[in-house]
Amino acid sequence: MSGKAVLILLLTAVFLPAGAGAAESLDTIIIDEGYDKQTRIAVVPFQKGPEFAGEAEMADIVAFDLSRSGQFAPLERDNMLSLPGRPEQVLFRDWRVLGMEYVVIGNLQTQSSGDTRVRFWLFDVVNGRQMLAGEVTGTRAQWRDMAHEIADDLFEAITGIRGAFATKILYVLSQNAGSPAARYSLEMADSDGERSRTLVSSDQPIMSPSWAPDGRRVAYVTWQNDRQIIVVLDLTTGQRETYSRFSGINGSPVFSPDGRSLVMVLSRDGNPEIYVMNLADRSLRRLTRHYAIDTEPSFSPDGRYVIFTSDRVGAPQIYRIELATNELERLTWEGGYNARARLLPDGRHLVYVHRRNGRDYIAWHDLERDDVRVLTGTSLGQDESPSLAPNGTMLMYATLDRGRGILAVVSIDGRVKYRLPSSSGDVREPAWSPYLDFRML
Amino acid sequence: MAVEAAGRDATGRGSTRQRNDNNAMDTGQLERFMTKQWLRTFLVLLVGSVVLAGCAGTGTQRQPTEPSEEPVETPDTTTAPVAPPAQTPEVDENRNPYIPGTTRLMDRVFYFGFDQSVLSPDDLATLEMHATFLRNNPDRSIVIEGHADERGTREYNLALGERRADSIRSFLVSAGVSPRQMEIVSYGEERPEDPGHDESAWSRNRRAVLIYR
Repeated sequence: MSGKAVLILLLTAVFLPAGAGAAESLDTIIIDEGYDKQTRIAVVPFQKGPEFAGEAEMADIVAFDLSRSGQFAPLERDNMLSLPGRPEQVLFRDWRVLGMEYVVIGNLQTQSSGDTRVRFWLFDVVNGRQMLAGEVTGTRAQWRDMAHEIADDLFEAITGIRGAFATKILYVLSQNAGSPAARYSLEMADSDGERSRTLVSSDQPIMSPSWAPDGRRVAYVTWQNDRQIIVVLDLTTGQRETYSRFSGINGSPVFSPDGRSLVMVLSRDGNPEIYVMNLADRSLRRLTRHYAIDTEPSFSPDGRYVIFTSDRVGAPQIYRIELATNELERLTWEGGYNARARLLPDGRHLVYVHRRNGRDYIAWHDLERDDVRVLTGTSLGQDESPSLAPNGTMLMYATLDRGRGILAVVSIDGRVKYRLPSSSGDVREPAWSPYLDFRML
Repeated sequence: MAVEAAGRDATGRGSTRQRNDNNAMDTGQLERFMTKQWLRTFLVLLVGSVVLAGCAGTGTQRQPTEPSEEPVETPDTTTAPVAPPAQTPEVDENRNPYIPGTTRLMDRVFYFGFDQSVLSPDDLATLEMHATFLRNNPDRSIVIEGHADERGTREYNLALGERRADSIRSFLVSAGVSPRQMEIVSYGEERPEDPGHDESAWSRNRRAVLIYR
């Protein structure tokens, strides 16, 4: 793989004066690597010249990506018997002795342009063969991007599933809540919580961030002059445009899979209802007509359906409406509180907030077998806002840890968990980006 | 001046806003105050509770109790003017209305039960006063903010907050306030009054707030 296109974020317009600098990155604390049999892999430190001495060890970033998936157990560097940097230096018996199934090597070179070129190889130790040879290039500022792209390639070569490490997350940071100095910001970070930066900062609450499918635009909700508004931020131009400022609720914006419309909640007709707005001409199509609360809509991956939460039976449950026919179907029947659902990329599984014994957990629901499983059952039960990685293998959600809002990740089978606390304040409402075909700078 | 708002919410704690506003009277005190002042003065003139409600802005559902002889905690009621003199200001520097004839601001925060948007009967007298003020001052307008506690999903709480604000609006409309004088906005759980994560915080966060413009 060569260097990806670079998207320069022009966000100067939304940065705030004094005191609103970039927040600190999120930390990662792995709680539970629940797999009995993890793939044993050695990611050998990449061979490099002294000019790279000040940079983070790329192999460590790669290994940490793989280990966070829960499916890999990377070998400690101290246990390695040799440190090959080129294919001909790999001695399979060194790795067989250590019980490794795979070994990854790489080396770094400075090109005449000043960019760094990283070449890497993946070997199947058991069968003694090379599985993958690749390269990425980039600047020092793209160091972590390159490492995540390598991890994506390795993950796909071994598991057959496209990697989602070189993705971003959005989240809301709240500081000094409940005081006149309350501050809210929309943050963006790498999927591992590193390199966070502030996109929007305000004394008004910010909520419901969501990505356009191209990863170049972001929709969110805030308030202006006592009105709730839906804003679309163009990451490439830094331009913010208000798309909805009706009387009442203007909430829950989620892009359609083609990026041309937003599904949203408006209460302009007196009650929260689901609407689809065509972004080109801002025309609205109303999908629901019910005196109940209808909210939290999102599209199915094929764009044929909108799923949403409604309390029309007296308690919130998940429904699905087919856009072509307006046919309505109730999807959840287990429990008295099911809300804020998102469909997996396969369109056949849901994740949502599920209340059990008065506590809120994230549940996974197989729609064909009508099988419901709680994924976050070991938590304290204050979980919300599930957001799926684009490959559907992991989901990020918001929870409380000792009274503080933090982000957490759980694998879609519930076996792997890690947390991303912030030292800067309460964090919440994570939104995992789609696959990105560019790097953001 | 006492600032506690006993009976206001389950925790017996007054809100920050109430404290800031130096808004002393809870509805029980208010009722006693109204009863004592207005009944004592106008008892002969008043025929029934409806007239009383209309004049004094007490709850229309309530029968005035007999003039109370028990000591009333409200300070200095005996020296309060019988009828507000012309120079008594109607509003404070932030244009928030005073309880007529006093220098106490009308309560502007109203609390709700868990998952509820029904007004507490204790709040109706205060809301009647706001209605009277808005009817008498048709150039003034309010924003009614609705808020929720953190339990439940954020978007759902947005809807719940709106229902609370809407309950207040409906009451004021039924009390004769023009809908054009009111706008509602829900902040859901996004602007807690108390950032805590326990019942005491939650009970303070389930609220609607009148903001005078």
